[in-house]
Amino acid sequence: MSEAQDYKYIGQRTIRPDGYDKVTGRANYAADLALPNMIWGKVLRSPHAHAKIKSIDTSAAEAHPDVFAVATHADIPNQRNPGALNILAKDKALYHGHAVAAVAARTEQAAEEALGLIKVDYEVLTPVMNLDDAMAPNAPLIHDQLFTNGLPEKPSKPSNVASRMEMSKGDIEAGFKEADIVIEREFRTPTVHQGYIEPHACTVRYDADGQSMIWCSTQGHFDVRGSTANMLNIEHSKLKVIASEIGGGFGGKTTVYIEPVAMILSRKSGRPVKIQMDRDEVFKGSGPASATRNKVKIGARKDGTITAMEAHLYYESGAFPGAAPLGPGCMTIFTPYDVENQYVEGFDVVVNKPKVAAYRAPGAPQSEFACEMVINELADELGIDPIDFRLKNAAKEDTQTLYGPKLKAVGLVECLEAAKSSPHYQSALEQGVGRGVAAGFWFNIGGVSSVIINMNPDGTGTVLEGSPDIGGSRASMQMMAAEELQLPIETFTTIIPDTAHLAHNDTTGGSRTTFATGMAVIEAAADVVRQFKERAAAVWNVTPEQVQWTDGVAINANGEDKMTAAEICANAGRTGGQITGRGNINARGAGPSFGVHIADIKVDRETGKADVVRYTAIQDAGKAIHPSYVEGQYQGGAAQGIGWSMNEEYIYNKDGLLENPGFLDYRIPLASDLPMIETIIVEVPNSFHPYGVRGVGETGIIPPLAACGTAVSKSIGIRMTELPLSPPRILKAIQEAS
Amino acid sequence: MSKSHITTTINGDVREFLCDPSDTLLSVLRDNLGLTGTKEGCGTGDCGACSVTVNGRLVCSCLVLGVEAEGAEIGTVEGIGSSDKLHVIQQKFLEHAALQCGICTPGLIVSTKALLEENPNPTEDEARYYLAGNLCRCTGYDKIIRAVLDSAETLRGAA
Amino acid sequence: MVSVVYEAPDSIQDAVKLLATSKVKANVLAGGTDLLVQMRGQHEPRLIVDVKKIASMMAANVSADGVALGPAVPSAELSARDDIKAIFPGLVEAAYLIGSTQVQGRCSVGGNLCNSSPAADTIPALIANRAQCVIEGPDGERTVAVEDFVTGVQRNCMTKGELLTMIKLPQPAPRTSDAYLRFIPRTEMDIAVAGAGVSITLGEDGTCTDARVAIGAVAVTALLVPEAAAALIGSKLDDAALQAAADAASAASKPITDRRGTIEYRKHVVGVLVKRAAKIAAERAGG
Repeated sequence: MSEAQDYKYIGQRTIRPDGYDKVTGRANYAADLALPNMIWGKVLRSPHAHAKIKSIDTSAAEAHPDVFAVATHADIPNQRNPGALNILAKDKALYHGHAVAAVAARTEQAAEEALGLIKVDYEVLTPVMNLDDAMAPNAPLIHDQLFTNGLPEKPSKPSNVASRMEMSKGDIEAGFKEADIVIEREFRTPTVHQGYIEPHACTVRYDADGQSMIWCSTQGHFDVRGSTANMLNIEHSKLKVIASEIGGGFGGKTTVYIEPVAMILSRKSGRPVKIQMDRDEVFKGSGPASATRNKVKIGARKDGTITAMEAHLYYESGAFPGAAPLGPGCMTIFTPYDVENQYVEGFDVVVNKPKVAAYRAPGAPQSEFACEMVINELADELGIDPIDFRLKNAAKEDTQTLYGPKLKAVGLVECLEAAKSSPHYQSALEQGVGRGVAAGFWFNIGGVSSVIINMNPDGTGTVLEGSPDIGGSRASMQMMAAEELQLPIETFTTIIPDTAHLAHNDTTGGSRTTFATGMAVIEAAADVVRQFKERAAAVWNVTPEQVQWTDGVAINANGEDKMTAAEICANAGRTGGQITGRGNINARGAGPSFGVHIADIKVDRETGKADVVRYTAIQDAGKAIHPSYVEGQYQGGAAQGIGWSMNEEYIYNKDGLLENPGFLDYRIPLASDLPMIETIIVEVPNSFHPYGVRGVGETGIIPPLAACGTAVSKSIGIRMTELPLSPPRILKAIQEAS
Repeated sequence: MSKSHITTTINGDVREFLCDPSDTLLSVLRDNLGLTGTKEGCGTGDCGACSVTVNGRLVCSCLVLGVEAEGAEIGTVEGIGSSDKLHVIQQKFLEHAALQCGICTPGLIVSTKALLEENPNPTEDEARYYLAGNLCRCTGYDKIIRAVLDSAETLRGAA
Repeated sequence: MVSVVYEAPDSIQDAVKLLATSKVKANVLAGGTDLLVQMRGQHEPRLIVDVKKIASMMAANVSADGVALGPAVPSAELSARDDIKAIFPGLVEAAYLIGSTQVQGRCSVGGNLCNSSPAADTIPALIANRAQCVIEGPDGERTVAVEDFVTGVQRNCMTKGELLTMIKLPQPAPRTSDAYLRFIPRTEMDIAVAGAGVSITLGEDGTCTDARVAIGAVAVTALLVPEAAAALIGSKLDDAALQAAADAASAASKPITDRRGTIEYRKHVVGVLVKRAAKIAAERAGG
């Protein structure tokens, strides 16, 4: 077991290898590449939320002297690709901002002008903008042929409900009968956006010989290759995707929007094409996360034992069915609780909003918000401290999850105990300040990672890995290679090469990178060690088993001989060729990460404005490879969750048009909005990872919703049920209560 | 459209460029002069990723016209620190892990330098309010503010 | 091919001439923090007249008569002027509240006024301080009170060829001071949901002898609310008087519901702001 081990390199707070480039402005992001003869692409977007496209006349745009190419849905070679309808709309525009056509022109300005020359004949339809309207008996249909999946009987009529799912264990009815107290509440969460600061951008080149290249900002360049190649009927070997530095993703850069469009324009024009979204296009045409309406019912005995948990979840999917992260929402909602009787039912519902994309622990913040709010209310009703209430019912090793497996060793109890003894929780509350506590659970994923370590003739090594680095993961990879090879961290350089240089890697997401790609690095490093031993053995004329690799040096067990990595590498040409380590894995056994957050919030009762005055995030990292970046994940997740709780929301007008597609009115937290975010790293090792690593990227966004929701409720003495807790909403609650 | 010929000083170097009168300083820096360290996050002055100084004053380069650079002194992230030695602020951002994706970092480095030149000893609150126009979505600002306050302390010690 | 022409005259006469004779849409450029956002994606021919090379547009002078404020003085420069802050702390605060530090480096009181947004932060503060706009045009100079300057949402009384050349703030009576407060959902960077500028004059015994109350973001233009001032005058700014002023402001407001707030919310909060701003102004006037 790793916990007893002393590590030489992991656990340090080293300077990240890409840091220098990022503080000097040298790092190249999506919009930073210009190619010779490059032209600019721009996308025409629907001004309507829901409209039939009767015709598109591009002739005037094509006649513009500076225009090189125009594209519409008809130009997509593979019309059967399921994502193609979101890339460029076909018969219907399904949301305000849905891409309808695109042009490429000599300058960005000329491209903008040319967009104005495209004539689209729309027949405007009634928009369906929320769950209630979408599920109303006579709701306008967004898709004529959408029949709800997952009902006991196939429905006879189409509807806006794309699918239904359920999960259950135990006997929910019996569970509620055992309860002394049952609380049932309904909660709503708004449409929110990932809000990365870097807009989507790409530079694309399609050459006459069929070779093509995409430079873009993505969490998964292999998936960009896969989707674009499929949509355009290009062989993978002829499409090279280069992942630029990525200016934030949070799940929102796991899909393609503009890359296939730029490729079509490049193919038509014979020129490299650059497209960069404006900020309003980012809000209108990418992301967001599902708005939800969730009903939760929980029963408990007087002694604090929870006997039954039931939920009915409704998730907006945006304009296309099946995009809502309903599965994760159902899977995660009750996992923090070791309760026998659980039942969850969920619905995926289409509305005239952008197709939902992943956002940090997709689906979990919404459902767990509802559960944690009810848990806190139950604790109050029972007169039990909310942390003690959770401790009494906490999931632990061998707890049977609702979604299938039994939990291995997990750190929820440890996080709750750390929260309870934290300076924050121990501190007294000032008058008017409310305190909220909430737990969060995310399962994490593993998946396919392919890593190569090339050892150079001077004994240094280059780690090639395929997980775009969104938060400092290159540092962790270097440290794990160093640990495994027992060589100084500076021995290694980590790079994320293009898709031609590595076998497929799954996208950076699901908190998988440090866990799964880290495991591939460790495997590749072990492969190097194996070859080091073989090469030394050959020189010493012994068997590889007789060679040990200790403290970065090969030692002949039968004598005094020693050989350093540099010596082995310098000699590699004469002992069988250069040395390359490989780690191509499908990582299993991702360890779930639990977290607990504490929020103190003060509300100005005259204006309804809520200020977060103190905040602590506690989470299980299994083993923190680079503690600073682990803390950074906790703090970043907390800040996004606070934003989701307090002010962020898509605001649509009655015609279904987005009214706040910018950072002015889509209000993400500012430096002046937040206090320092205290962190506690709990380490309960994941037995499936050589160092015990658990992914830490996502859990941190889950607890803030209920921690803030509860803190506000406590501050004003009214139970809030709808996010965001914006000043008008809070003031209204105060006024209605008095 | 007739182009304007502009002569300006960027990071101490005299530079000339041609631009349309409607081009922003941001697009001139990035597209005409290849200074892509200055980033575009919104184009409307709401995110601070394009922060530069014009005649010593901190501004969003997306809200300045390229033609206004005539005769001015422009400072960008590329002018901070030398090729062999990082500026204290840059070093502190690295030490404190005050960046994750790094897209907001150039703007924050430029803004922090402007802050510490105006106010060498800011309180946490002063730093937070001064930098409120520099959005960061990754860090929750905690490590950024620590890096800023540590930079201030180090620079005061060196002065 | 459309064309945009940029001119940076160094005299008011030249600027007025350019504006008056332009055959295409003409815009005055001061800090550009509104204009450049409005120009995004627009491609019609346009004349941009940058007034920052005109010395008087960029100067602020304090005299016995009050303050003569060049309309294009950047907020950052205004905020650094202790001599002006001493007389009109509320106005300087209002200017300081516009946008970020970066925006402060460019935006100006004159620009805020000429952009004529209902939510402009400096306009209530200017009205509370009896500010006058000096406007120069092809037919000469005229002076208009700030409350009469803005005529609608992004509309004002200036006609083609006219330029706002000076903002005059008369020297207040002794024991007078002002305050400006606005409400925004975050701590910075937002546009006012409601705003209130209040000027208070105190007698020797602490009785309010004069007051001006102006509110913003709660009607198509900022409003002077004499009823709110009347509620304060003659009182010692006790809770009842403050509440009466708040109620008068709420009653006078005619807000809309939009992405920044609801009618009910704005009506309520503007009253709260008037109450709080009056208190601060009175403390300053008495101190």
